[in-house]
Amino acid sequence: MTRNSIVFDNVSYNFGKKEIFKNLSFEVPAGQTVGIMGPSGTGKTTLLRLMGGQIQPDNGTILVEGKDINKIKRAELFELRKCLGMLFQSGALFSDLTVFENVAFPLKEHTRLNGEMIRYLVLIKLNSVGLRGAAHLFPRELSGGMQRRVALARAMALDPKLIMYDEPFTGLDPIALGVISNLIKDVGSVYECTNVIVSHDIEETARISNLLYVLSEGEIIGQGSPQDLKKDDSPRLKQFLNGLPDGPVPFHYPAPEYLDSLIGVKNTKRTIIKRDD
Amino acid sequence: MLIHALRRIGRFGFEMLSSMGRALRLLSSALIRRPDHRNIPLIIGQIYQLGVLSILIIVCSGFAIGAVLALQGYTQLVRVGSESALGLGVALVLVMEIGPVVSALLFAGRAGSAVTAEIGLMKATEQLASMEMIGVDPISRIIAPRFWGGFIVLPLLALMFSVVGIWAGSLVAVDWLGVYSGSFWSVMEQGVDFFDHVMKGIIKSIVFGFVVIWISLYQGYDSLPTSEGLSKATTNTVVFSSVWILVLDFFLTLMMFEL
Ligand SMILES: Nc1ncnc2c1ncn2[C@@H]1O[C@H](COP(=O)(O)OP(=O)(O)OP(=O)(O)O)[C@@H](O)[C@H]1O
Ligand SMILES: [Mg+2]
Repeated sequence: MTRNSIVFDNVSYNFGKKEIFKNLSFEVPAGQTVGIMGPSGTGKTTLLRLMGGQIQPDNGTILVEGKDINKIKRAELFELRKCLGMLFQSGALFSDLTVFENVAFPLKEHTRLNGEMIRYLVLIKLNSVGLRGAAHLFPRELSGGMQRRVALARAMALDPKLIMYDEPFTGLDPIALGVISNLIKDVGSVYECTNVIVSHDIEETARISNLLYVLSEGEIIGQGSPQDLKKDDSPRLKQFLNGLPDGPVPFHYPAPEYLDSLIGVKNTKRTIIKRDD
Repeated sequence: MLIHALRRIGRFGFEMLSSMGRALRLLSSALIRRPDHRNIPLIIGQIYQLGVLSILIIVCSGFAIGAVLALQGYTQLVRVGSESALGLGVALVLVMEIGPVVSALLFAGRAGSAVTAEIGLMKATEQLASMEMIGVDPISRIIAPRFWGGFIVLPLLALMFSVVGIWAGSLVAVDWLGVYSGSFWSVMEQGVDFFDHVMKGIIKSIVFGFVVIWISLYQGYDSLPTSEGLSKATTNTVVFSSVWILVLDFFLTLMMFEL
């Protein structure tokens, strides 16, 4: 039997009245690279925040490394997070620390390594994302793509058992893209670390993942190895994988009829400004 | 119409109560935790940020207010021929009242708003969230050092304010208006008692420091992660702090100086 790093069991989550997930269940087997794909706005970032214990589901349980992340004590949760890494969609670097200090932060906090050791480790991590030369710069002096690479190095700094990546491939040029996706893959195979990649870059995610989940409107509409998914011919999956605008997967955020909002002069106010609260 | 108004009042009251609950929870989780030796350098850093960098504004204001007090006091006292009590008057007013209150108001504007903006921006840019995910609790690493820094620093700033004010008063009274310097200082020395007066002023500024830094931290931590949310939080810090300082000053005075 394979051990699971993450188990979602019947998880429901709502933002106010907007339902994001309804009875979502899936597993992330340990040591695998798992891709979670889905259109923008389906709740991929929300899913990662649930996994990290930053928000609590309305229903259901979430096990991370065998622990129910919403039942354990706060101190235990922080203990657990020491062996998790998370790459935020925005990078979320500490703006008052240099690139070097950002990557060194987890090492200084959670290890007793001396300064020289930390320096080696940080430079190795920075080198692997191609930014060793930028160690002395502040995040504001970097481009968006560079910031995210630093954030990646920081997420990997402690060689965690489980790393969650929120859109690791956006903002990267083709060369960096190749390097970074290989890096993620290698981290998975060399350190036997579990990777959870959230992305809408189908090709790149499929290339390095062992298992894919496709998420749409709060449900999993397809799962399996990349080869399996290609063969699957459910219309929703086909539409997403082939990038077609029309089909059962909505491109638009829920809204009143387009034509109504544009020409329905009488109803305009009501239809456009109507809110649920 | 009436029901609508009632409902709004109810919602406002509920929102206020729950916000006070959140503020209490933030405070208790910042204070009730194992002391961490790694926080000591952080607290020292905050003493510098919140305290040392406020010295200039405290000294300037203390000087101006001390000088004005001496001038105003002199014009009144000289009419009844008791300008020798000027030193005592200036010192008492500064140490017990104006020193703690005005330095707390200045502290809220200079340091409190800075703390709110800093923490609010850290929240808006997900720096607090990413710190949590690294396994470091921002409440112990970010909130607690700022709390202790602000708490320690305000009483010292208030004392500094009073000392500079008294010095400015003596410059105006003795060196400019020609009050006899011997009586200016000796009447002050006889009249000002450490426990009766100075200590009460210090207690006031300890309470003000606690309240101001608490409000500043809470407003930042609870702010909405938007530009409007941040601007509202900073304004709230200054407004709420000022009002609380003045209200508490009244009650503390009432409690400590049995009439
Ligand atoms: N704080 C919030 N309050 C209310 N609704 C929110 C909030 N955050 C996100 N949402 C809603 O939740 C849904 C999912 O958001 P999420 O950020 O998880 O999407 P995503 O799949 O990561 O999208 P993307 O690929 O564009 O990053 C969106 O429809 C969004 O409108
Ligand atoms: Mg997202």
